[in-house]
Amino acid sequence: MPLRRTNSTWLELLDESERRAFMDRKDQSSTSPAAWEHFAHGADIGVRGFGPTQAEAFAQAARAMCAAIVDPKDVRPDQTIEIEAEAPSADVLLIDWLNALVYEMAARRMIFGAFDLTIAEGKLKARAYGEKISRERHAPAVEVKGATFTQLEVREDRPGLWRAQCVVDV
Amino acid sequence: MEASRFEKLSDNAWRVEPFGAMRVPAIIYASESLLREMDDKVFEQVANVAMLPGVVQASYAMPDAHWGYGFPIGGVAAFDADAGGVVSAGGVGFDVSCGVRTHLTSLTRDEIIKVQEELANALYEQVPVGVGSEGKIALGDEDMAAMLTGGAKWAVEQGFGRPEDLDRIEEHGCATGADAAAVSDRAKERQRHEMGTLGSGNHYLEVQEVRRIFDAGIAAAYGLKQGECVVTIHCGSRGLGHQIGTEFLREMAVAAPAFGIALPDRELACAPINSELGQRYLGAMRAAINCALANREIIGHLARQVFARFFKRAELPLMFDVSHNTCKVETHKVDGEPRRLFVHRKGATRAFGPDAKSLPPALARHGQPVLIGGSMGAGSFVLAGTAESEARAFSSACHGAGRRMSRHAATRAWAGRQVIDDLRAKGIIVKSPSMRGVAEEAPGAYKDVEAVVDCAEAAGLAKKVAYLAPLICIKG
Repeated sequence: MPLRRTNSTWLELLDESERRAFMDRKDQSSTSPAAWEHFAHGADIGVRGFGPTQAEAFAQAARAMCAAIVDPKDVRPDQTIEIEAEAPSADVLLIDWLNALVYEMAARRMIFGAFDLTIAEGKLKARAYGEKISRERHAPAVEVKGATFTQLEVREDRPGLWRAQCVVDV
Repeated sequence: MEASRFEKLSDNAWRVEPFGAMRVPAIIYASESLLREMDDKVFEQVANVAMLPGVVQASYAMPDAHWGYGFPIGGVAAFDADAGGVVSAGGVGFDVSCGVRTHLTSLTRDEIIKVQEELANALYEQVPVGVGSEGKIALGDEDMAAMLTGGAKWAVEQGFGRPEDLDRIEEHGCATGADAAAVSDRAKERQRHEMGTLGSGNHYLEVQEVRRIFDAGIAAAYGLKQGECVVTIHCGSRGLGHQIGTEFLREMAVAAPAFGIALPDRELACAPINSELGQRYLGAMRAAINCALANREIIGHLARQVFARFFKRAELPLMFDVSHNTCKVETHKVDGEPRRLFVHRKGATRAFGPDAKSLPPALARHGQPVLIGGSMGAGSFVLAGTAESEARAFSSACHGAGRRMSRHAATRAWAGRQVIDDLRAKGIIVKSPSMRGVAEEAPGAYKDVEAVVDCAEAAGLAKKVAYLAPLICIKG
C-alpha cells in the first residue's frame, strides 16, 4: 500500500464525517479487510491487527493498542507525527513500532487513531494521526507501559492475510 | 493448577523437582485452594526461571502468583554473579520499583468522615492522576540527573518531604549504584513532566481506617492504632521506568544468543551480571528505583499539604515505603553460608525479619512492615517480615491480590458508574477521571487478598499485623 501524501492542511479541509471516514478507512482493494481486535490476557491487553500486507497489519495492531486507551471514534487527526523503526526481525519490528508510538504518546501527551505505514527490508516508515489527549473528551482508561514479547507473532496466515499481535502492559 | 503435579512440602508449600533444563527446584507458596486457582502459566514460568544461569537455591512463587512476563508475577529468584548469574529486565518488569507507602495520621475515622467529600475532592485536585496528567514540577537536565542519583533523598533536599522520612524507605530512600548516564534520553524525556504523578491502572492513593489489629505489639511499634486513619500511596517509576523496561528487555532479548543464553521465553530477557549490558541495566534500573522513591516522596508531600488544610495538627509521618519490582544485592544464608546475591522480586515485596541491619531501631525489633494492597473496596493489609522468611524465599512476601478476571471481562461485567455508586453506598468515595478505568479495577475483578495474606502468614513469609479499610480512593 503506497504511503499517502497527507499533511495536516489537507486534513483541515475535511469536514467531521470525512475525517471520521479517513480515520476509519478499510482497505477496499483486497479480499481481506484490514481490522483490529483485542484478546484477553490476565492483567493486561492483547492487541491484534489483520491486513492484506504486513504494513497494514502493523497499522491495525497500533489502532488496537490506541483503542485500549481511547475509543478510536473520538480521536481527531489534528496532528501528524512521523516515525521510523528498524529491527532484525519482523516480530521485533512490531514491538519497536508499538513502543515508538507509546513513547510519542507519552512524550507528546497525544493519542493516535490512524496510521500510514510502509515496511521495506526490515525498515518501517510511518505517519501517525492524532491529537492531544483530553481528559474530558477522551477519559483515557489505561496507560500503556510498553509492548511485550508475550504472544508476539507476525505471520502471513494465508496469502494476503497478515496478522500482527502481542500483549501490551498497561 | 492440580496439586498432584507438585510434591507437597506442607499445607502451604509445593515443590517442583528439577526437570529438563531446570538447574534448581521451583517452590510455590500457596494453600491448596490458591494453588488450584492459579493459572497454568505459573508452573511454566516458575520452572523457566529455574533454568537461568547462576540461579541459587530455588525459583519461588508467592501466594498471589499469576501469569507474568517471563517471571510469574509474584516471582522471586536470586543469582550469584560469580557463578555466571544473570540480571533480568523481565524479572524486574516495566514498572521498576512500583511500590506502596503508608503515612500515619493520628486522625480518627470520625474526623475523616466529617470532611470525607471535601478531602476526597481536594486530594483528587492536588495529586495529578490519570493518563496525560502532568506533574507540578518539570525537571531540567541537571535536576533529572540529580533526581536519578538521589531518589527520595533528592526530593527531601528539594523541599518535598522530611529528612526523617528516609529512615522509613528501603535503601534509606536512595539506591546506590544508580547511573543516570545509562538512562536513555527517551526515558528522561518521558519523565520530564511526570514527577509527582500517580499514573493510572491499578495505582491509587487511599485514605484508610485501621479496622482490625492482628498483632498488638507489632502494630503499636509501627504506630498503627485501631480506629485511626492512614494514607497509602501505590505507584512506581512512571514513564521513565516503563521506557527503561522496554528498552532493556528488547536489548537483552536480542543479545541473549551472543551470551550463549538459551532463553526458554524471550520475556526472560537477561544478561550476565558481569557483562557491560548487565552492569548498564543495573545502573539504569537503580536510577529508576530512585525515580519511584522520589515520586512517592513527592506525592506524600502533596498529601501532607492537603491534609494540613483540613487538620492543622496532622503531621502524616511515614510509616514505611516498600517496592515490589526490583533486583537488589543482598546477602543471604545459602546452605549455612552467607552469599552475595542479586535478588529479583517481580510483584513480590521484601520482608526483612527482626534485627535486619537496614531497619531503623523503632522497627528492628519486629521486622519490616510489608504493605499489601487489595482492590478498591477490599482494603489492604500490613504485615511484618519474619525471621524464617529468609529461609523461605530470601525474605520475600506477596504484594497484592492479583486479578482474577481480565480487564476486558471486567468492563463487560461492570459499569464504572455502578462500581462508584456501590462503593459509595458502603461509605467509600472513589474519584477517577475514567469510568472504564474504574470498571477494570472493580473489586470483583480481583482475588481475595485476605486469603493470599493468610497463606503468606501460614507459609512463614510474613506475619499479619493489621487490616486497613478504605474510606477514600483516588485512582487514575
